[in-house]
Amino acid sequence: MISLIDTLKSFVDGAPVKKEDDTKLTIKKVSKHHETSFTERVTSMIEKGESKTARSAYTVVAVIMAVIIIACLIYTVSFLPHFGGADNPANSSEVVKAYIENGIHDTGATNFVAGMILNYRAFDTLGESSVLFIAATTVIILLFRHKTKEEEKIATVEEEVYEDKHDVILRHGALILVPVTLMFGVYVLFNGHLSPGGGFSGGTILGAALILYNLAFGDKSTQKFFNYNINKVVKISALTFYALSQSYMFFTGANRLPIPDINGVAGSLISSGFILPLNIGVGFEVACTMFGFYSLFDREEI
Amino acid sequence: MFVKELVINFYETAAIIVFGIGFVTLLLNRNIIKKIIGFNFMDTAIYLFLASKGYIAGRIAPILAEGTDPTVYQKAVNGVLTNVPTVEKYINPIPAGLVLTGIVVSVSFTAFFLALAVRLYREYHTLDLHEIISIMNKEENKE
Amino acid sequence: MLLDALSFYNQYFEPGTTHYVIQNIVQNFPFITIILSLLSGIFTAALKPKAAMRLCFFNLVVCFCLSLATLLFCIQNGDYYIYIMGRFPAPFGNEIRVGVLETLMATAFSLVMLLSLMGGLKHIFHDVLPEKQEYYFLMMDLLFTSLIALIYTNDLFTAYVFVEINTLTACAIVMLKHSKETLVATARYLMMSLLGSGLIMIGISILYDISGHLLMEDIRKSVGVLFATGQYQLPLEVVICVFAIGLGIKSALYPFHSWLPDAHGTSTSGSSAVLSGLVLKAYIILLIKLIFRVFGTDVIFSSRVLNILFVLGILAMTIGSIKAINSRDLKRMIAYSSVAQIGYIYLGIGLGPAGMAAACFQILVHAYTKPMLFNTAGAFMDTAGGSRKFKDLSGAARKNMWAGIGFAVGAFSMIGIPLFAGFVVKYNLATAALSTSKERAVLALVALVISTVLNAIYYIPALMVLFKKTDETKTIVLHGKKKDMPFIISNGVFIVCNFVLGIMSPVFIDLIEKGLKMF
Repeated sequence: MISLIDTLKSFVDGAPVKKEDDTKLTIKKVSKHHETSFTERVTSMIEKGESKTARSAYTVVAVIMAVIIIACLIYTVSFLPHFGGADNPANSSEVVKAYIENGIHDTGATNFVAGMILNYRAFDTLGESSVLFIAATTVIILLFRHKTKEEEKIATVEEEVYEDKHDVILRHGALILVPVTLMFGVYVLFNGHLSPGGGFSGGTILGAALILYNLAFGDKSTQKFFNYNINKVVKISALTFYALSQSYMFFTGANRLPIPDINGVAGSLISSGFILPLNIGVGFEVACTMFGFYSLFDREEI
Repeated sequence: MFVKELVINFYETAAIIVFGIGFVTLLLNRNIIKKIIGFNFMDTAIYLFLASKGYIAGRIAPILAEGTDPTVYQKAVNGVLTNVPTVEKYINPIPAGLVLTGIVVSVSFTAFFLALAVRLYREYHTLDLHEIISIMNKEENKE
Repeated sequence: MLLDALSFYNQYFEPGTTHYVIQNIVQNFPFITIILSLLSGIFTAALKPKAAMRLCFFNLVVCFCLSLATLLFCIQNGDYYIYIMGRFPAPFGNEIRVGVLETLMATAFSLVMLLSLMGGLKHIFHDVLPEKQEYYFLMMDLLFTSLIALIYTNDLFTAYVFVEINTLTACAIVMLKHSKETLVATARYLMMSLLGSGLIMIGISILYDISGHLLMEDIRKSVGVLFATGQYQLPLEVVICVFAIGLGIKSALYPFHSWLPDAHGTSTSGSSAVLSGLVLKAYIILLIKLIFRVFGTDVIFSSRVLNILFVLGILAMTIGSIKAINSRDLKRMIAYSSVAQIGYIYLGIGLGPAGMAAACFQILVHAYTKPMLFNTAGAFMDTAGGSRKFKDLSGAARKNMWAGIGFAVGAFSMIGIPLFAGFVVKYNLATAALSTSKERAVLALVALVISTVLNAIYYIPALMVLFKKTDETKTIVLHGKKKDMPFIISNGVFIVCNFVLGIMSPVFIDLIEKGLKMF
């Protein structure tokens, strides 16, 4: 019972559960100085049992909490507008109407979602791309390290020994799959304003192709065309292009300055103003970030 | 009445249950990797919730294509926008955009948290956050 | 030409009002601030540490000047204006909204950021690994972007995106100090922040579902209708609670403060200063925005959530101080003091409209006092070979007189001695409390008195320890004997600002009230 209260208390305070740890400490101390007597062994056994109850109490608390949260929110859900209703406040607002009915005229994109995120609400998406950029940087901070010469030597030896140079199936499979995946990625990237897809999904596919290439042909051959500096340059230039082009749009929009019509003919590949270049830029950034994640987690370098 | 509403809003109900599980896992599980899994549960549940809020029965995805709306598509391609796509044909595009943004944010956080877990494991040789904290406190008291 | 594309949207430009019309180049400055900080953050990735530092400082100075110009323009103009971020007006596009309060906060924040970084500069170059120093300034640039965007934003989803940027960068600047314990602190901070983000996101989803909008003004309109008709009453209450808890977690309100002492206590002093001075405040500003602009004061005051915030504020004031008394670690003590000071802000919010101005003023005062305390704590730690424990720090203030003066000013301000800024806050909170109901007034006054006594109980012994005469003449100087000029300058400016806030407080409170009126 005491342990339950302690657990609750420590949970409320956010402090670590000390119970278990303290017992371990005392046991260690005892065994160091002199041999444990019978009573001490009994007390330690009791303490161990307590830590077990503390653990199960913890689970019980967790389950109770989950049930409470779920019950509250489910009760809320029962009051919400019905699923799939056309008259729900969210679905019948003038904004939805404008996005669909004026979307092609305003943005030139036949994919209304692409038009929304890259033209109407481009500021949000600028923030979102920066989130990805920051995440890539944090992972670099945490995991990236310059290898010493000795470590590099070991890595080369390891690569020669363990890389599956003679894995015919992997290499031939990759030879067929990598170009196809790259093609598919580029297709998704370039058709983001016309069909489902866009920068984020296309970029992920490109990243997958890069990762596959790296897996099949090793780091050395990947680094010939894709190393840390190229990764950095691509990411920085993509985001800079995004920020500059959008600030042009923001500035002219807020000051009501006229800009040339860049929307083009809806449905054709080169259309919809900045959406296509933005998709390409974001796609390259995402591909670099995804490959960066893989390679940093795998071997702490890009 | 209560149950009936829940059955109608079954997507939202499912989303909320997953949200609760994820929330509590992120808060109370000791294992960092499980915490990350809980976080992903939580975020995915929110996307399910949002996506189900944008759905309208009997309508299609908000993309103008030749196959789904041929007349309007032809006119749009020819640059004559006399008849615009009707809003009654498409679902709400806004939640889709929000989910897209949310997914990218959650990918970023997952990567960050995983990298942090790698570093923590390297320093403390355990993934149990409570154990890590008690090791840290012990080291601090030693000094 | 695209100009006629706007013909459909002209009806949304509210004919008759001048809120959307940009007549002066000054009105572009908030947008330029955001984009400039973002761009400098992105470019920093390609720079060397020293160059990154220069770019960061240059950007902050420019942002300070631009924000000051906008503030003067807003005071002169006497009304807010809306700057559309894109070709289309909100609700279709994004927009930012610029008024006196927003620009005042932006100006204050850019100055605090600049001074905190200057004060902690030596430690940044000492605590962060040499090959990762440029990333520190990258994170600071982007953190600043998100703070400014959070202050100006008028859209709930934009707020969410920038809350996430804020979280990510704040965790990164904790983590960048190279030590084992900062990793643990980051993990706890990140975990709690993610819980907060999840709650905020589900709140936004439910609110979007029942109101149908993401723009703050439109949500308030439809929430007003819902409130009047009694439709969706329960979801509305739940949304308010969820937002309050989510932002409470992120701004370290009392029962959710567990991550704060670790994160603020272990990171390098510049990070601690920025985290406690600015990052916590950005979420509170967002909460004030939610109260005034999203739910509307009528809905909030009838929903009892303010009572909860009031009680939690009082608890934070007392328990934070008690925990500070118990700590044997200088930075941890200051961090717990932050918990108590955040309690003051929530007390002000909980008092309703009367306390709102005092709460906003407390945001400013705490933003100018706590970074100074953290920076001076960093300077004291230098004299003791990097130890944070009180037992190693005795007499530290005598070895570094500048830091000693700064710490004394900060401590007196926190205790609430007249002439210092902290006194004005307590005075204003007390007068605000007296104008509300009897029980609240009594509770608030008692809490203020107890908290003042408790503040004195830990700050005065700390001062006594720091100013103690020691026999030991030898000083341990950690990073060379050269005088740390940036620290001395930043400390001096902080002290001056503290007195300015304390003596000229009517000017600032007047500005805040003006800003709240047009909020």
